[in-house]
Amino acid sequence: MTAYDTAYDPAYGAADGIGGTVVEIASADGWTPVCRLDDLIPGRGVAALVDGAQVAVFRGLGDEVYAVGNLDPFSGAYVISRGIVGSRGGVPMVMSPMYKEAFDLRTGLCLDADDEAVALPVYQVRVQTAVAAEVG
Amino acid sequence: MIKSSSPSPEPVADGRKRLVLVGHGMVGQRFLEALVERGAADWQVTVLCEEPRAAYDRVHLTSYFSGTSADELSMVPAGFLDEHGIDLRLGDPAAAIDRAARTVTGRSGEVFGYDALVLATGSYPFVPPVPGHDADGCFVYRTIEDLEAIEEWAKGARTGAVVGGGLLGLEAAGALKAMGLDTHVVEFAPRLMAIQVDEGGGAALRRKIEELGVTVHAGAGTQEIGVGADGRAATMALSNGETLDVDLVIFSAGVRPRDQLARESGLDVGERGGIAVDENCRTSDPSIWAIGECALASDGRVYGLVAPGYQMAETVAHELTGGSGSFTGADTSTKLKLLGVDVASFGDAHGTSEGCLEVVYSNSREGVYKKLVVTAEGVLLGGVLVGDAGSYDLLRPLCLSGAVLPAPPEQLVLPESAGAPIAIGASALPDDALVCSCHNVTKGKIRAAVNDEGCADVPAVKKCTRAGTGCGSCVKMLTTIVQDELAANGVEVAKGLCEHFEHTRAELFEIVQVRGITSFRRLIEEHGTGSGCDICKPAVASILASLANGHILDGEQASLQDTNDHFLANLQRNGSYSVVPRIPGGEITPEGLIVIGEIARDFGLYTKITGGQRIDMFGASVDQLPLIWKRLVDAGFESGHAYGKALRTVKSCVGETWCRYGVQDSVGMAIELELRYRGLRSPHKLKSAVSGCARECAEAQSKDFGVIATSTGWNLYVGGNGGMTPRHADLLAADLDRETLLRTIDRFLMFYIRTADRLERTAPWVERMEGGLDHLRAVIMDDSLGICDDLDELMQRHVETYEDEWRATIEDPERLRRFVSFVNAPGTPDPTVTFVPERDQIRPAKPGEEGLPLATAGLIAGPTLEVRTS
Ligand SMILES: Cc1cc2nc3c(=O)[nH]c(=O)nc-3n(C[C@H](O)[C@H](O)[C@H](O)COP(=O)(O)OP(=O)(O)OC[C@H]3O[C@@H](n4cnc5c(N)ncnc54)[C@H](O)[C@@H]3O)c2cc1C
Ligand code: SF4
Ligand code: FES
Repeated sequence: MTAYDTAYDPAYGAADGIGGTVVEIASADGWTPVCRLDDLIPGRGVAALVDGAQVAVFRGLGDEVYAVGNLDPFSGAYVISRGIVGSRGGVPMVMSPMYKEAFDLRTGLCLDADDEAVALPVYQVRVQTAVAAEVG
Repeated sequence: MIKSSSPSPEPVADGRKRLVLVGHGMVGQRFLEALVERGAADWQVTVLCEEPRAAYDRVHLTSYFSGTSADELSMVPAGFLDEHGIDLRLGDPAAAIDRAARTVTGRSGEVFGYDALVLATGSYPFVPPVPGHDADGCFVYRTIEDLEAIEEWAKGARTGAVVGGGLLGLEAAGALKAMGLDTHVVEFAPRLMAIQVDEGGGAALRRKIEELGVTVHAGAGTQEIGVGADGRAATMALSNGETLDVDLVIFSAGVRPRDQLARESGLDVGERGGIAVDENCRTSDPSIWAIGECALASDGRVYGLVAPGYQMAETVAHELTGGSGSFTGADTSTKLKLLGVDVASFGDAHGTSEGCLEVVYSNSREGVYKKLVVTAEGVLLGGVLVGDAGSYDLLRPLCLSGAVLPAPPEQLVLPESAGAPIAIGASALPDDALVCSCHNVTKGKIRAAVNDEGCADVPAVKKCTRAGTGCGSCVKMLTTIVQDELAANGVEVAKGLCEHFEHTRAELFEIVQVRGITSFRRLIEEHGTGSGCDICKPAVASILASLANGHILDGEQASLQDTNDHFLANLQRNGSYSVVPRIPGGEITPEGLIVIGEIARDFGLYTKITGGQRIDMFGASVDQLPLIWKRLVDAGFESGHAYGKALRTVKSCVGETWCRYGVQDSVGMAIELELRYRGLRSPHKLKSAVSGCARECAEAQSKDFGVIATSTGWNLYVGGNGGMTPRHADLLAADLDRETLLRTIDRFLMFYIRTADRLERTAPWVERMEGGLDHLRAVIMDDSLGICDDLDELMQRHVETYEDEWRATIEDPERLRRFVSFVNAPGTPDPTVTFVPERDQIRPAKPGEEGLPLATAGLIAGPTLEVRTS
């Protein structure tokens, strides 16, 4: 038995009738489902592969979700998804676990650098509910 | 003010004047720093240095024996000399000065012209000319080379004797003792440290030091060193008729100023040595200055301490950069820890002032002696503290200020346990009280920095006033004053944890405990604002975990953890993780070693032995972690909590079982402690060690809590630290039996967990504790706050509810779900985590290697469909 037996089949999503509330990210072929909302722990993130790019997907303390690039521009490591999520002056942010810079989850801008160039790419993300029912 | 004329400049080619510094010791280096700080553009600086290395910290020379390297002792910041164009000539001492020609000739024969010459040649150890004093095996104690030679010789020696029971002699004796030699101290005066302490203090000191196994011969002179046929020192004959068998002798009978160069060139020198200088530290030749231990100051004294030397250095730096400075005398207060015994003396320690009165507390059972010298009006004139110097930080400035004491002196010498706990704080100090003697900063200046200069915290005040940047002994007092001042200004000293909580960590701990709060959500809803951040979330997670609230990855707690705790592993630079199984006390079976070796081999991990006596395996990806741990757990290993703010390791030496010096089973004790406190979450990491005898091979005194075996029990040290800000641990209690030891550590740890700030190690926590060690002892040994039952119960709960985090994780599919590379493509390894071979193992690939992009920040092409929504 391997560790990831309990994880999800990458092919699953609205179309295969699993249903539930699904998180989807905009990609070249339209919306790509990446996981169920329940897979996301409030206040934490996961990494996903979308069109070969690494995306960090987060859930805030409520049901809001964010998606930004997984590459930490300061360390060059793909670790943003493992950062702590919180707020700074009302701005939802994720803190890189490597050298602890904060990034605005809505804009990708780094809150600790003056340089606008140091920003994470932001992906469109949405939460779709009960698509399976429509299919049925 | 009349000043003698400046040296007539004879400009060098580039128009600058030539400055030659002779001697690159502590004071010489400080002079250079002060000079460039004030702008040394006018000067072309050459330094003649006799020693083979640039200036180093002589005050901490002895730490060389405990592993501090020569490099670490260096006082010259990297790049300092180059940056300021200073020409340092190592190993080329000045051999002669020609004052008429204004030149200095080096031993190399090179001649250096000067417009200004600064002598900082320090002093040399005085060796009494007794027969045999130059035999092999006789040493002095002043340079790194001296210590290297002593260390080498000591390897073949059993017995060592130190001639001289002053400050340095006792330090040297401590070093010999630590190297395992039978150690004797021979002091001519009737007591130890005769200059600093009085008779009562000397007696208390002697008792303490003899307790440590050093034999003291006071009131005895060394008459002859008997030399064996091989030319080595063999015996030492004392004036009291005794003869000691010795293999090694260290002379530490005082120092003499190195004024020979000055003497030979016709400068005025004192009758008893020292280059005579005026208030500006200028010698009898207006182009020549002398500073530090070689100078005879205008008050007729030669100062053998570093702080007065620093003041002289500043004085001359001012003079040479167009300002003016003066040195008219300095405070010679001292506070030291000799062989673990606190000794302090300040002001008129011997009570020689006319009409002065003395208040003495003397307790030979505890080895504590405190004496205050006061006037009839209650003004503090001086004092001696032995065995407990906790009140020195306050008493010294009070003494220097000349103000009437804020409380009766009797109360100031009584220990807290004697029922007269009198807490006079920094507020009792008048404004002109000198707080930092290294930089001559008064309490008033510190207050002004806060009030007028807008300094909002201690680092800002340090930068502004330089207080606390010398020897560092005043930092505690400085911090208290700054905080009092900020509080008085109504600047609510931002004690709050972060923008989400106005409470300190200690306050949050109380709230969580008293109100029985078990979730972050409830805590922030009821007591904070917003949704939390990287500061408060892990801090609260740690509090919840300390109070034994279940597995740290369950439910909401999972979202609070730092990334390391979240994956129960340590994040490394390329996004891979390292894995450290617990190896209690550093004891491991061959089978255990083989299992670790096989796992590392099978997963291709890099292995390294850690400083904490265990094995770290690097290069695991997130999805490999559970697979690795499955095998470790099956083989009986547990999480080592290397990723957590928790107990890390309890190191041990091999102890009585194998070591021929050991007096107790240090390994057994270390294992017991490690198993007891494993998994204990705390404000910061906790490290510990157990040594089997006073030789201290496990370095327990550099740990948060350290235990050293004695023939009758265990000594407990607390608040030690290695790393960036090293601190020697304090002896909390001696000769404890096993039960008392465990109970005391239980309470120490729980009291720390309960009251420390976030990310505050035990060293600063102990350091800032009001009332110091006495207070700590009162709380956890005499239950002065009535909280011991509570502390005991909390620890009991921890011990009973401990479970191995990794076992509990691999047994639970829910917890395992997070250990995937990609949520929508588990099993696809992260292609960006790559390694290359090095020295037969792997290491993370660097940019440009193994398909990694060359640069990182901003240069990696983003995905095509990215949308900036700003
Ligand atoms: C083990 C030990 C512990 C100590 N502990 C304390 C303490 O706790 N507190 C305290 O205040 N003080 C302490 N001191 C004293 C303190 O180290 C000295 O006060 C301080 O080093 C004096 O600085 P200095 O620059 O005047 O002399 P030094 O540091 O001795 O430097 C003088 C330098 O000049 C060099 N020199 C001499 N002649 C020549 C020449 N002709 N040409 C070129 N170079 C030359 C010498 O080789 C030496 O390197 C301690 C000293 C020792 C040895
Ligand atoms: S018992 Fe331990 S501390 Fe003592 S000498 Fe042996 S190894 Fe070193
Ligand atoms: S007294 Fe030495 S730094 Fe302040």
